Amino acid sequence: MSSKTQSSSSMAQARRTVQQLRIEASIERVKVSKASSDLMRYCGEHAKNDPLLMGIPASENPFKDKKPCTVL
Amino acid sequence: MRSPLIPEMATQEVQLNETLAHLKTESETLKTKLEEERAKLHDVELHQVAEKVEGLGQFVMKTRRTLKGHGNKVLCMDWCKDKRRIVSSSQDGKVIVWDAFTTNKEHAVTMPCTWVMACAYAPSGCAVACGGLDNKCSVYPLSLDKNENLAAKKKSVAMHTNYLSACSFTNSDMQILTSSGDGTCALWDVESGQLLQSFHGHAADVLCLDLAPSETGNTFVSGGCDKKANVWDMRSGQCIQSFETHESDINSVRYYPSGDAFASGSDDATCRLYDLRADREVAIYSKESIIFGVSSVDFSLSGRLLFGGYNDYTINVWDVLKGTRVSILFGHENRVSTLRVSPDGTAFCTGSWDHTLRIWA
Repeated sequence: MSSKTQSSSSMAQARRTVQQLRIEASIERVKVSKASSDLMRYCGEHAKNDPLLMGIPASENPFKDKKPCTVL
Repeated sequence: MRSPLIPEMATQEVQLNETLAHLKTESETLKTKLEEERAKLHDVELHQVAEKVEGLGQFVMKTRRTLKGHGNKVLCMDWCKDKRRIVSSSQDGKVIVWDAFTTNKEHAVTMPCTWVMACAYAPSGCAVACGGLDNKCSVYPLSLDKNENLAAKKKSVAMHTNYLSACSFTNSDMQILTSSGDGTCALWDVESGQLLQSFHGHAADVLCLDLAPSETGNTFVSGGCDKKANVWDMRSGQCIQSFETHESDINSVRYYPSGDAFASGSDDATCRLYDLRADREVAIYSKESIIFGVSSVDFSLSGRLLFGGYNDYTINVWDVLKGTRVSILFGHENRVSTLRVSPDGTAFCTGSWDHTLRIWA
């Protein structure tokens, strides 16, 4: 590869990197405090519907074995 | 004798080198600017904000089912939307569809290659996709007739130039997203096998991907051996955000249920949480005693719990908000290679190099 070709492909690479960084630098961001409280709110709102978090009775979970019942 | 061309070429080369240097300087400036912008918004830590949240109690999770039948390491698994069927793939080249309630095997296909590293269930439940060392992703329609030879209806969809590491159907059976050891991800039309979009940007093997929840729009995240997690716009092929804080390969990425964040698991023995709107890492889930890599991560339905499958055979359960470990689960007799929570959140499934899959609840 001639040194000129090498230079132009490193150029192409460098141009792509700069373009990519420009895109990333231009996005809108929010503060971590705001982002965190939104994550917390989502957890809170959906907690009661989260079976692994809340635990659900064996009778409602198809994977938990139901205890055998004896009729007296 | 000096050729008149030489001084001209020398000048052109000097010009190219100057422009290259200019671009490199701009690149460094932009990187610094990115760091500064991100740092400005880093006003607090997630676990500090979460101090006011109630702590989690003790968790009792046990193996409820063990699925035996693979002849070698289980590498990947996926749930069907019906919340009971599971597809799994193995180093032995077999892809098995199970009824997780009964542990019965419903279908089995033998692939022409070993190390089937990726498998996925179609949203309709009527097909599965898989691939690995064959560099392809193939789709098998599932027949109701148990005697029918599934391999006969096989459809080759994706072609990469290196191994297939992960695959996922999009919102329908019509499109598949793949990631590969060739450093790219790609979106394919299942019917025609046509490449719809390719995603270039990783500097090494891409190991994992996850689609954003449908309400969030057309993006997905990928993780690779270059230690980067990239977020992509599916329509344009553009990388819109990139995160590089892990110290080793990223083996697994999974979106937080709201779509505003994603978790990653890495060979550096940590899981991390990245918030997309804050554009930064907001939590690290690690302990000095955990020194083996994380192969696979997934969230519980509310996003409060993060399950991680590790190469030390265990599953660690993390409080996503507080950053603490709430449980450690034992049972597998070799590396946990894959982990997914069921679609209704009632259980999670793990696959292991010990040849088995386990359902935990």
